[in-house]
Amino acid sequence: MKNGPGLIAGMALKHLFKKPATISYPNTPLDIEAHYRGRLVYNSEHCIGCNLCVKDCPAGAIKILNVGTKDEKKFECHLNVGHCIFCAQCVDSCRRGCLSFSQNVELGVLKKDDLKVVME
Amino acid sequence: MISGLFHILVFPGLLFLIAYSLFFSFMDRKIYARLQNRIGPHWYQPLADFLKLLGKEAIVPDHAAKKIFALLPVLSLVAITVSYLYIPTVQPQSLYPFDGDLIVILYLLAIPTVCFFLAGWYSTSVFATIGSVRALTQLFSYEVPLFMAFLAPALLADTWSLSGISAYYSAHPLYLLINLPAFLVAIVACQGKLERVPFDLSEAETELASGTFVEYSGRYYAIFRLAIDCELVVVASLIVAVFMPQQADSIVLGFLFYVIETMIVLFILALIRTIMARVRIEQMVDLCWKYLTPVALVQIILNLFLKGVL
Amino acid sequence: MNQRITIPIGPQHPSLKEPGCFTITLEGEKVVGAVVGVGYNHRGLEKACEARTYVQNMYLIERVCGICSHTHSTAFCQAVEELAGVQISRRAAYIRVIMAELERLHSHLLWLGVAGHEIGFDTLLMYSWRDRERVLDTLALLGGNRVNYGINTIGGVRRDIDKEESHEIRRMLDFIEEEDKYYIDLTLHDSTLAARLGGIGKLDHEDALRLGAVGPVARASSVASDVRVVENYAAYNEFPMEIVTDDHSDVFGRAVVRVKEIMESIKLIRFGLDNLPEGELKVNVPRRIPEGEVLSRTEAPRGEDIHYVRSNGTDKPDRVRVRAASEANWHSVAHMLEGDYLADVPIIIAAIDPCYSCTDRAIVLDHRDTGHQHILDWEALRRYSVDFYREKGFDPQRIKFRERKIIR
Repeated sequence: MKNGPGLIAGMALKHLFKKPATISYPNTPLDIEAHYRGRLVYNSEHCIGCNLCVKDCPAGAIKILNVGTKDEKKFECHLNVGHCIFCAQCVDSCRRGCLSFSQNVELGVLKKDDLKVVME
Repeated sequence: MISGLFHILVFPGLLFLIAYSLFFSFMDRKIYARLQNRIGPHWYQPLADFLKLLGKEAIVPDHAAKKIFALLPVLSLVAITVSYLYIPTVQPQSLYPFDGDLIVILYLLAIPTVCFFLAGWYSTSVFATIGSVRALTQLFSYEVPLFMAFLAPALLADTWSLSGISAYYSAHPLYLLINLPAFLVAIVACQGKLERVPFDLSEAETELASGTFVEYSGRYYAIFRLAIDCELVVVASLIVAVFMPQQADSIVLGFLFYVIETMIVLFILALIRTIMARVRIEQMVDLCWKYLTPVALVQIILNLFLKGVL
Repeated sequence: MNQRITIPIGPQHPSLKEPGCFTITLEGEKVVGAVVGVGYNHRGLEKACEARTYVQNMYLIERVCGICSHTHSTAFCQAVEELAGVQISRRAAYIRVIMAELERLHSHLLWLGVAGHEIGFDTLLMYSWRDRERVLDTLALLGGNRVNYGINTIGGVRRDIDKEESHEIRRMLDFIEEEDKYYIDLTLHDSTLAARLGGIGKLDHEDALRLGAVGPVARASSVASDVRVVENYAAYNEFPMEIVTDDHSDVFGRAVVRVKEIMESIKLIRFGLDNLPEGELKVNVPRRIPEGEVLSRTEAPRGEDIHYVRSNGTDKPDRVRVRAASEANWHSVAHMLEGDYLADVPIIIAAIDPCYSCTDRAIVLDHRDTGHQHILDWEALRRYSVDFYREKGFDPQRIKFRERKIIR
């Protein structure tokens, strides 16, 4: 390249005939990677209520409650999506593989209370 | 009488100017976006922006001179719309041609810049004050090359009227090429006149938080924006009228020529906006006085010389 | 014009992406004095660290800075690993290096765009941020998020790089390499850029050393300081490192250093992918960390990060101190600003790639008449806030604060 002003002109003119790089987001679906840390998913089947996930959560977003009896344990996961920072430490902490992250990233709601979800 | 009013208010006067300026501003933004590999706005975006601004609350600063503060946007819009009446657009002749209309237009076009200066000055904000001082400094640097660049073709044509220039150059279309240096000077100086990148010093968002207009809001700002959009059309039309005048017989053909030619000018202006970084004020003064003015001067001397020869 | 105007840039200003106040004294358009005021963004991060476990702190520390998140968490991890006396596997160290360099790529591309925007060159902003998008997508592919990747964990890394991902990284690198070659050409040859960036924000070699500049700011003043080379943390001792320096000592030099460092980072990532050793990703670290104190340093895209961790033998740190790179560079800003034009102020501030929230830790009051300095401690701050609100007409001492429990 030679010195001079406005050298980006060549590149700019080239782009005039190229497709824009903008992704028209709500109109086209998002391309989310398989590993992406979206909203937490809970499966109570193997849960033993060890509360390791609760202990490690940096944001205090998750609670595991026993809604069954002492013998017939049944666990529920109370998650506040508004508090969750999507770090997936709970997924790493869980030794039974009850928690996983989904590719669900469109989490906007109209009411604040809707952010508190209960999963079984 | 009726047809005169129609010409002034509707076509090719005020209403056409406003509609075309909104379209022009859309095209400007669209070209700018496409050059940057973006999609750009919808066609109705400038209109939507304008209407939205109109509906917003207009706040006048406590220390500002209220009447002048409110009057300045209108004054600049009026000056611009009036100057448009004297520019030949769709026809080879303007609505009310007279000898010397070129000079009148150039002076009318200086009014908006002075309005910007006053707007900043009367806002009494630090940013606005610095912006307005810059606007004036800028005016002093680009105004001389701009005048000389526009007068050079007129000198060759030996007339101060745009209709006369148009008539002369359609008789000798090849002479237009002689004015090429003046054309380039005019384009650069007009970029300064329109306060667009790289010469948007008085507005400079990242430095002065939009400078002279920092205190303007609501309908006052809407009118200012409209005035700036109209100014873009007027300046493009003026460049077209002086440097590539058309001599079409019918209005339809004339309209077509007008649109295409102004679009070409717009494209050049938008391209300059895309490829440059904002210059500093002393760099702008340097550029205008060290490069543009001598080129314009040489052009004038050349044209005077050719006038004697041809 | 001999009249002096004082103009505040900030705390709210379009050229500042975060709050910070620069009080500029102007003579005409020339800056004759500048006072840098930061401290609008104090988040109490270090105090918060003391109330959380080491595992939780990982994610808090990662959020010190949105851009250099990986470097901060690496520094913290290193400190904790050192305290616990564990050695991470070579594979984990390599992955840390690859992530850090990917982060440098996106940070420098971000800076290039911001610099373009500050001087009104929005086209450069659009292009470089478009390219940065590719890097962010790759980071999301590897870590699972675009900014806070969460790759680090105490004792190693959480995510592996497999064949497919490494292929994807290489494809992205090829693209960025092409683009960066163009940016290097553009920076070196475009005369509008040279006119706007050259000769402003001067920081001589001696001044850079005296004022303690770090990172690209120091390297642009031909100070060959790079923690990656000096400290050789993670796996950097096995990487062929070259320090990019420049002797322009101005904003232009900083731009050149940054665009050239992108090239260097691409080389390092390629080397890392080629020589990725086999091994475990993570070694187990006990939750209770033995007593001790450690100072750990890493090279963020903006310069040197220093983390100090003191442990008292429990699962929570006794004290954490973070010194982000911008904090070291603030000191030179006032020096750089003086003598330049007002038009250059935003780009000079942007040239150190400032990160305001990384910086704000504590407030030191300088008494104007006596020159006496004092720091407000917790009690004094509380007294101050109570008095402040009393003056406004209500007594906060009567308000019962809701106990916020941190889950342990």
